[in-house]
Amino acid sequence: MKETKILIAGAGGQGVVVVGNILSRACVIERKNVVGMVAYGAEMRGGTAYATVILSEEEIGSPFVEHPDMAIILNRPSLDKFEPDILPGGMALLNTSLTGSMLKRGDLQRIDVAATQIAHDLGNVKVANIVTIGALIEHTKLLSMASVEQGLSDLFSSKNPKLVPLNIKALRAGAEQSRYISLRPAVSTRS
Amino acid sequence: MAEAAIQAGCRFFAGYPITPQNEVPEYMSWRMPQAGGVFIQAESEVAAINMIFGASAAGARCMTSSSSPGISLKQEGISYIAAAELPCVIANMQRGGPGLGNIRASQGDYFQAVKSGGHGDYHLIVVAPATLQELYTLTMNAFDWADYYRNPVMILGDGILGQMAEPVEILPYQPILEIPEKDYILTGCRGRLSRVIKTLILDPADGLVRHNEHLQEKYKRIESEISLCEEYQTADAELVVTGFGVTGRIAKAAVRKARKKGLAVGWIRPITLWPFPKQAYQEAVRAASKMLVVEMNHGQMIEDVKLATECAVPTEFMGKGGGWYPDEKSILDKIESMIKQPAAAAKGRVS
Repeated sequence: MKETKILIAGAGGQGVVVVGNILSRACVIERKNVVGMVAYGAEMRGGTAYATVILSEEEIGSPFVEHPDMAIILNRPSLDKFEPDILPGGMALLNTSLTGSMLKRGDLQRIDVAATQIAHDLGNVKVANIVTIGALIEHTKLLSMASVEQGLSDLFSSKNPKLVPLNIKALRAGAEQSRYISLRPAVSTRS
Repeated sequence: MAEAAIQAGCRFFAGYPITPQNEVPEYMSWRMPQAGGVFIQAESEVAAINMIFGASAAGARCMTSSSSPGISLKQEGISYIAAAELPCVIANMQRGGPGLGNIRASQGDYFQAVKSGGHGDYHLIVVAPATLQELYTLTMNAFDWADYYRNPVMILGDGILGQMAEPVEILPYQPILEIPEKDYILTGCRGRLSRVIKTLILDPADGLVRHNEHLQEKYKRIESEISLCEEYQTADAELVVTGFGVTGRIAKAAVRKARKKGLAVGWIRPITLWPFPKQAYQEAVRAASKMLVVEMNHGQMIEDVKLATECAVPTEFMGKGGGWYPDEKSILDKIESMIKQPAAAAKGRVS
């Protein structure tokens, strides 16, 4: 497996760090190499927050992600900010409840999931971030869903075990209620 | 790092908050009492380092951590601790400087760390981890070296290392050295001769000269006994790339890519910065005709590389300070541009 770089971006409070944490834990469970980073600076309340995860079978060099293979985008300002950075041919996973489903670029694959709406229907909008993980795993098979569920349980069990069932539900709902839109084939040149 | 310190028996931590190392005192604040130790949020960095002086004099395994401006404030105390030959571990998660700088990662404190940052003629043992697992292991080793040599040890990290998350296997502490009993510590003078720990040496007149000679002998011994580095494919390398800490690991990724392209490139990452692993460099330049040093500053370690190799081969530099960090691609581009230059002509000696 080649190295995969993931960016998770949203508003402060949408749980981007938690997404990074769960993905990282799942990597450890699968004995993959992983480096996680969070945006660390003079961040502004209500501004965009982001985290990154690099997973690889091989030794990881730079812990930085400048051009992610995949980006989980939780809100509109993050889409505006990070869409240009995604690798050509890469993947944008959109929380369409807050981003809409339009990309400016034509060279990206897309996963649409109305994460905030789904989370709202489950009874807690805070789990929208977890919904996006379910969608990512379903369509990319980057990690097994079992490892992600385990990583999630490990994380929440230490904080508040009562949260685990709802989050597992959110994960599964994300997997079921998301849609993969492949890269539009390049316009064929007439011979 | 904080957990490794606890595992290694550190039972006294004093520090003052500064980004990007606040996770360390935060962790220590709840973990240290669990372990039966003492955590103190000091009123300043100066107070913290002097508490370390006291704790070490009383025999505790002790530690402080800070980031660049805070480490500058500690320098007086570090000099005293080095003079008094007291063991302790000091972590510096470097940030951008000079001055208050910024909170991004930097390697601008290399000189300060390896050339005795405070006054007087002393050395710290300085280690520069590149991964969190290595940080864990080196922290444990640091306590052993500190006690064994009665010398402060500095862990020189940076804001990146302080900020990233990686899997770490929590290994139990295994001493790497047989630590002699601390026969110099102040435990209350009952039933034994009194002990004095001081750094003012006025009498006899040549007392300080002799003390300095004694310290230098110790430093020579340390230099002959500790030297750690990681190497990759240096044996047949035309160009050897080197960098320490996180810069080193980024450079390695670039070197691995260069090798995949068939370029004869090798790599050295010093793990101990003082003592500097001179021999590895001396051996590398026997085969190599060029070196490239990458640092997150404007060229500090390059001086030690040139001293180690006695400028045997042309040595180029790549780096910036103030929060810049290298990416694999720009290092790879630099490697390719250097390999394309005619090497034989550049080499100052005939092989």
